[in-house]
Amino acid sequence: MRAIDLTRLALGAVAGHRLRSALTMLGIAIGIASVILLTSIGEGIRLYVLSEFTQFGTNIIAVNPGKSDTTGGNPTAMAGTIRKLTIEDAEALRRIPQVEASMPVAFGNARVEHGERGRSVLIYGVTADVPRVWRFGVRHGRFLPEGDPRHGSPLVVLGIKLKREVFGEDNALGERVRIGGRPFRVIGVMEPKGQFLNLDLDDTAFVPVAEAMSLFNRDDLIEIDVAFRSAAARDQVVADVRRILQDRHQGEEDFTITTQESMLSTLDRIIGVVTKAVGAIGGISLVVGAIGILTMMWISVNESTAEIGLLRALGARRGQVLAFFLLQAALLATAGGALGVFAGIGIARTLKVVLPRLPVNTPLHYVFAALILSFVVGLLSGALPARRAAGLDPVEALRAE
Amino acid sequence: MIELRGLTRHFHVGDQTVHALRAVSLAVPDGDYLALMGPSGSGKSTLLHILGCLDRPTSGSYVLDGHEVGSLPEGELAEIRSRKIGFVFQFFHLVPRLTAAGNVELPMILAGIRPGERRARAAKALAAVGLTDRASHRPDQLSGGQRQRVAIARATVMGPSILLADEPTGNLDRASGREIIELIERMNRDGLTVVVVTHDPEIGGRARRILKLVDGRIASDGGPS
Repeated sequence: MRAIDLTRLALGAVAGHRLRSALTMLGIAIGIASVILLTSIGEGIRLYVLSEFTQFGTNIIAVNPGKSDTTGGNPTAMAGTIRKLTIEDAEALRRIPQVEASMPVAFGNARVEHGERGRSVLIYGVTADVPRVWRFGVRHGRFLPEGDPRHGSPLVVLGIKLKREVFGEDNALGERVRIGGRPFRVIGVMEPKGQFLNLDLDDTAFVPVAEAMSLFNRDDLIEIDVAFRSAAARDQVVADVRRILQDRHQGEEDFTITTQESMLSTLDRIIGVVTKAVGAIGGISLVVGAIGILTMMWISVNESTAEIGLLRALGARRGQVLAFFLLQAALLATAGGALGVFAGIGIARTLKVVLPRLPVNTPLHYVFAALILSFVVGLLSGALPARRAAGLDPVEALRAE
Repeated sequence: MIELRGLTRHFHVGDQTVHALRAVSLAVPDGDYLALMGPSGSGKSTLLHILGCLDRPTSGSYVLDGHEVGSLPEGELAEIRSRKIGFVFQFFHLVPRLTAAGNVELPMILAGIRPGERRARAAKALAAVGLTDRASHRPDQLSGGQRQRVAIARATVMGPSILLADEPTGNLDRASGREIIELIERMNRDGLTVVVVTHDPEIGGRARRILKLVDGRIASDGGPS
């Protein structure tokens, strides 16, 4: 028997019971739609988080005080000592070959005031390297000047939202603002950067790191961000950073180095697991759909017993009868799967319109995987009924009414 | 040419053994017209199923056109059913969702024949049973007699040498029944071997040869009285 004729016969048999076939397909469609929808949301979240983190560039290493990994034996009083990260540490890291910039970072909340208006925001103490290390752009004026980070000067660059809140549409360049009660002169306004993990990067101000430390009354850094030239140099840079800081901290590794890549791969892994778990939950409804097909095909084989007898009398082999019923189940499931893909993508699109902030993304390979999955589900759920059909004794089958 | 020698067929029903056929020996030359008669349970249908390679004998030999077929594997029996044997049933056994032409094409589809040739042969077979104008009708749009004629077209479209008919007029009124049996007789005159199972003495009486079965044995074998 030619494959196309077998397919036509199977299609005819499926179409012969319109309502029953449609309901069976619906079961698979709901299963595939939920798998598509849930994995689309998972994939959307993955892409969203990755883009959030890579917006600062990928050739960047963050050094924070304290060690998060526990190594060695019992902690002693000496081993427990954590030295602070200092501007001198940041300066020392600048001398590593391949390092483009080493930026000391301190931050805290303070009130920014101008005339009658004022606003409490996050104040970053940084250096002239922000545009290079964090990929932030300046819209008006200029960023903080180069110079010795140990000595600050009362200059400030405003985030664009902060500028609008405090100055409205007026020019801010050259104007004076008070930050935590101290006078600062505005020398620049940043390009919009948007939000990062719910932190509004436009509602902030940048001052020299020494000014921020004095403002917040601290003598240490919260972080040192090291930018390096090429991804290939990353391991060497990490090793150099570790060696230099250990030397400066009497041999103690009392700091944590986080590469952008390790953070990304950890995040990617976590979100990947969550997406798979959520997809598996959607898969439960697919199993229910598969049981629907099995039930329907079982009934169908029982009802078609006389027809199976006839086919055998007309010269059909057992294998042909098996293929005939397997294909019916696979066609039902694949059609249901296609329906589910459309429904899943449709719901995902609608969600995107209704909830624009919900990240949704359906990669094309998910669609193909869903269709192949539904075909396989059809074959599996059709296997038992088809085997029964092929195993029927033709004489007995012909006697059935 | 059909030759049966010492053919038996047992069935196991629960812990009882039913002897459907006991040592049946028979020769049916090509072009013969044989009526199988006998009371219910005498083994007529079992014999017909074995002749049609739908069932295998428990013991004995069945030689069809010089080849022993009683012990062939299922795949080869299917091939013989496809090429050499046509079945006609009391309840027609048409596929309700297919047209008359679609039903006639079915054995050719199973045999892997291409669509162009299928359509031509189906049209010819339907013409031979006088149903050219009903080719695109579904079974529920046809009368009983027309349905059986579609079944005969389907049984003969692969060009078999043997037509096996199980009560072909049993579900028809007398006039339609006569038409059907005359159609079968015409095909017999054209060289087709015909074996008809029937309860009806009038139908049986038209055959060239009547084989009476009682309790799985041949009780008589001869021309109509």
